[in-house]
Amino acid sequence: MKALSRLNAIIKKEVLQLSRDRLTFGMVFGLPLIQILLFGYAINTDVRNLKTAIANQAGTHLSQQFVAELRASQVVDIIATTATPAGLEELLRRGKISIGVVIPDDFDRRVADNRRAAVHLLVDGSDPTILGVANQLRSMPIAFDSAPPREQRQELIEVRPYYNPERRTPVNIVPGLMGIILMMTMMLFTAVAIVRERERGNLELLINTPLSSAELMIGKVTPYVAIGLLQLAIILGFGQLLFDVPLRGSVIDLYIAGTAFIGANLALGLLISTATHTQFQAMQLTVFILMPSILLSGFMFPFDGMPIVAQYIGEVLPTTHFIRLTRGIMLREASITELMPDFYYLIGFTVVAMAIAAKRFTKRLD
Amino acid sequence: MSAEFAIEARGLTKQFGKLRAVSALDLKVPKGQIYGFLGPNGSGKSTTIRMLCGLLTPTEGSAVVLGTKIPGNSQKLKPRIGYMTQKFSLFGDMSVQENLRFIAEIYSYPRKDRAQRIDELLSKYDLLAQRRQLAGTMSGGQKQRLALACSVLHRPELLLLDEPTSAVDPQSRRDFWANLFRLAESGTTIMVSTHYMDEAERCHRLAILDRGVKVADGTPQALQQQTGMHIVEVMAENPYAAQAALAGSSEIASVTQLGVRLRVLIPVRHDDPLRLVEDALKASGVSATTALATPSLEDVFVAVTMESEESGQ
Repeated sequence: MKALSRLNAIIKKEVLQLSRDRLTFGMVFGLPLIQILLFGYAINTDVRNLKTAIANQAGTHLSQQFVAELRASQVVDIIATTATPAGLEELLRRGKISIGVVIPDDFDRRVADNRRAAVHLLVDGSDPTILGVANQLRSMPIAFDSAPPREQRQELIEVRPYYNPERRTPVNIVPGLMGIILMMTMMLFTAVAIVRERERGNLELLINTPLSSAELMIGKVTPYVAIGLLQLAIILGFGQLLFDVPLRGSVIDLYIAGTAFIGANLALGLLISTATHTQFQAMQLTVFILMPSILLSGFMFPFDGMPIVAQYIGEVLPTTHFIRLTRGIMLREASITELMPDFYYLIGFTVVAMAIAAKRFTKRLD
Repeated sequence: MSAEFAIEARGLTKQFGKLRAVSALDLKVPKGQIYGFLGPNGSGKSTTIRMLCGLLTPTEGSAVVLGTKIPGNSQKLKPRIGYMTQKFSLFGDMSVQENLRFIAEIYSYPRKDRAQRIDELLSKYDLLAQRRQLAGTMSGGQKQRLALACSVLHRPELLLLDEPTSAVDPQSRRDFWANLFRLAESGTTIMVSTHYMDEAERCHRLAILDRGVKVADGTPQALQQQTGMHIVEVMAENPYAAQAALAGSSEIASVTQLGVRLRVLIPVRHDDPLRLVEDALKASGVSATTALATPSLEDVFVAVTMESEESGQ
């Protein structure tokens, strides 16, 4: 009962102070808007080693030769094979692959016949970069070794873009931006909120009261969870309004993922606050984590195309996992149950970071 | 554990890296008294107070505060002590009333009595007019009254004040001390650190700290009687020349100028301090009148810190 009253006190105090701090308040609304406009319009890249699965229903010598050539091109990295095109679609939706190659059972005849496409590429078109790469694949030669080259009436490889048929960049950027904005504001707000109190001497007063460390930490962080969810709504709303970014999956799934991600960032913010003594330091440390999150999370460059070391770093960052979740839910109509590994990572990250922060945040000055 | 002391510390020591901020401090603070902590900046006053309320862990030694052992479960102690930080530590972007309400909630002050208690404090500490003013925009004296009001809101048995008057004018200081006496009368034990002599004089008991070491303690009166020094006051037309004349003598412990007067400290082993001073002045051809004086607290302070300086070197 007493704990609840104290918790309530600190939450109310935090909200009150937040409403007094115009700069912070402006950031809650201004930051997502500016970033959505800045990032929404630009960014382009080139990639290799896209994760690919193959459904080879023909199984002929020619089809195997085609697969070998595909592999040799290094544009794709064949990580799985499925029996049917439906299996490929499933992998695509789960975000396991970017390209699915369908080789129909009458592959040899189609190549000889040359009137219908012999190979279908099912491409996750939500990222126009990947779609561009898939289009390059169309120029790959397919022919019987013995057969003389013939005039082509029909391209043998047909690309079927999924999820973003109009190939618009914002469709891919906005779900990613959600992660970047949330991370930036959540992490910075919490880190600065605590360090500011340390700088102003408020913390010395607070730790001399019956308030426990847990009450102080949870109380300080709780208002920001609400702010994060509000930001999520702002980005989602403006994304649809200005860029027609779809939300194909469930809003509830998106908010579940969002809450986990907000938790991870608040925990990270707390961790930063225990490691810094001034607001400036806290801000620097935030930027330090922010930069790789922008560059290595798959937000700017397709994750598969990044160097392997960059991929390892990316895997550690919560933003990477959240962006996978948002793209899956918003663009590929995936349900959160199909994206569990990323969700579990966020939960695990939150728990671990919180535990370390709580251990470091003692009610003492030394 | 004795019930007559609010604080009993034994060998309290705090080491910050190479700096020994507090060294083997023994303290006994009787209940219901105002106990002063006199010392220059950096003498370990704040560090001691912070150790006593559990903010810092002693490197060595321990204390019993209101029956609770330190270091130990200081969280249990928090509701029973009030602490006023050296720097204003309330929320500048919240109003006086909002600050008080926040503190009341943090200390779980009974909900139904909260408004009444806050009104009572506002009038007692003369803050009724500032009720809705943001705390950050108030004067030093007003901030200090708010800080005191917040630190006593939950009626603590022990109040620890870390240089509470360092940022306020003399009138505010007088009013502040009137409030402290009122609190002490109602049974609150108060420990207050200061570097003002006049404030130290008002305390029931006093400990003088110098570079982390307690160099004297007792009532202000007892300390004044036990300086071990004769005090000679010298009135000279040219006090600067008189000071120069006296500075050369190895028998004289200290010379302090107070306007046209000089205060000269001479160890008690000399039977005739007046003669000693007069001879020294005459030798330099300085004309002055001399008289014996009773030691003030400032003399005590000069005497004891000088001794520790000698033994320290």
